Amino acid sequence: MTTSAPVRVVPAPRELTTQPRFSDKVFRTVVTIGGLSSLLILGLIAIFLAYRGYEVLRQEGFKFLTSSDWSISVDDAGNVVDSTFGLAAMLVGTILCSIVAVAIALPISVFSALFLNFYAPGWLKKILIAVIDMMAAFPSILFGIWGFLVLMPSVEYWAKLLNNYFGFLPFLKLEPYVVTRSPFVAGVVLAIMIIPIVTSVAREIFSQAPLDRIQAAYALGATRWAMIKAVVIPHGKSGVIGGAMLGLGRAMGETVAVYSVLNIVFQVNWQVLLGAGGNVASLIILKFGEASPYEIKALMAAGLVLFLLTLVVNAIADLIVRGTGKSGR
Amino acid sequence: MNESHESENKKMETTTPSSLADVANAKVQKAPGTRAMGTGLETRGIHAWFGKNHVLSDVNLDFAAGTVTALIGPSGCGKSTFIRTINRMHEFIPGAAMAGEVLLDGKDVYAPGTDVTKIRLQIGMVFQKPNPFPSMTIGENVLSGLKLSQQKVSNKDELLEECLVRAGLWNEVKDRLGAHGGSLSGGQQQRLCIARALAVRPQVLLMDEPCSALDPGSTLRIEETIRELSDTMTIIIVTHNMQQAARVSDYTGFFLSEGGPGQMIEAAPTSEIFSRPRDTRTENYVTGRFG
Repeated sequence: MTTSAPVRVVPAPRELTTQPRFSDKVFRTVVTIGGLSSLLILGLIAIFLAYRGYEVLRQEGFKFLTSSDWSISVDDAGNVVDSTFGLAAMLVGTILCSIVAVAIALPISVFSALFLNFYAPGWLKKILIAVIDMMAAFPSILFGIWGFLVLMPSVEYWAKLLNNYFGFLPFLKLEPYVVTRSPFVAGVVLAIMIIPIVTSVAREIFSQAPLDRIQAAYALGATRWAMIKAVVIPHGKSGVIGGAMLGLGRAMGETVAVYSVLNIVFQVNWQVLLGAGGNVASLIILKFGEASPYEIKALMAAGLVLFLLTLVVNAIADLIVRGTGKSGR
Repeated sequence: MNESHESENKKMETTTPSSLADVANAKVQKAPGTRAMGTGLETRGIHAWFGKNHVLSDVNLDFAAGTVTALIGPSGCGKSTFIRTINRMHEFIPGAAMAGEVLLDGKDVYAPGTDVTKIRLQIGMVFQKPNPFPSMTIGENVLSGLKLSQQKVSNKDELLEECLVRAGLWNEVKDRLGAHGGSLSGGQQQRLCIARALAVRPQVLLMDEPCSALDPGSTLRIEETIRELSDTMTIIIVTHNMQQAARVSDYTGFFLSEGGPGQMIEAAPTSEIFSRPRDTRTENYVTGRFG
């Protein structure tokens, strides 16, 4: 033993196993089903849309995304004589409306979240949170009707004002001069609808700003606003972007409210203030009632495109959140 | 006191207090209040509450300019609450209330119409857990107080170097001032926080157990820093480490809560507290009989 060098055998790592209890197995099954069900439902919807829309997508090809014509002629027997389907105008409208919505909702939401967390007295905070949560549960058709009857006349005033002073910007041009039922109006209605969700995400992330850093800032003679700039905003930046993207997704999918205020026109329009536009979801609701079976397939294809667009936006949001997430934490 | 512990306590009495007193006596005693750095800080009848819970009762303690005062006592005796009333950090806790006066150069920091941010510039604070701003670089962290309080300085680089040198961190970070504050070790982060507190040139520096999360080496560095800083400012340090109190402080205040709100039992020159405390409760604590 003393003469020969000891041979050290390095063992292979053991396989670690455990025998879960019965109760744990049951619980694991329940939560697994819960966790996978949303994935399953989403997958089934995607498959359904792809299956129903496949024929039209093959017929139209890439033109489905780039052209703006949406017409179908049917003979008396109900056979399709001629059809062209193109989503370009609707896709542009979807993006335009939701960007306007986020551009308006984001600052309002961030400021109200900061107010709720750092300025509002306790009793007011409780009331405001209840009101904002209630706003999230408010039926969108009511937002739409209110937007149409009440908001539109005053938004028109703001639209004219914007056009007057910032008309040189291409997207704020107004040719021809039609201001009613524009993507801008729809965006304002959508903004009101997504404020609650963006606010509650922002409020949650701001409230998690680390107390020791908040105290450090105050102890260095910071005013409340200086503390917020130095500690709370860097901490919450990525979460707020995530919340804004959640709101963007919601705005892109919104149907009824947009349908009631927007003038749906099958022509690509990048002018936010001009009374012509559309969005994919409102197209579906506009055409669905009187559509022939073949047109319904086209609408399903449109639904699939909207679905994929939302996925892409969420994926981008995820990338942004990851990119900015680390620095402030 | 339990009979069986009597002999043990006797033994401790003969060793511990004398050694701590030796440490305290070995320091050069300062004559307080002789420097031109303001007349110091006085607290008058400080009480503190959290909601209905009375946590601190009638603390009267003076801090002469240019001295280091250690506050010792068992956990929950109100030491931290007390120093947080001094720079008005106490009021951030919901439901917190206080009574009494904190006089900085004779002026009550709680007087109506006082700009609380100015008070906190004059009375800086270092916390128990190092808390640099992770989104800022080392350099930005040091100068963050100026930005936060919207002050402008012309000689930023000089100030940066001066503060880091005084906090004993300059040599370790001078080549990577652009690195993030979070990339430093715990002890370095704490010295960075001290440098950050120095940059706004406070008259008084409050330290709330600044070494409790640090290793002995870092602790030693910070204690050296405290000794050096006391040439230019008044320092109040809360500590659980009695050796530390003996090593760094000129004066020591002993706090205790006996069921009710915390009280200051005794305050005296540090050597006296550790060699011949007047109150038996102080003696019991410094000799390690409880706490």
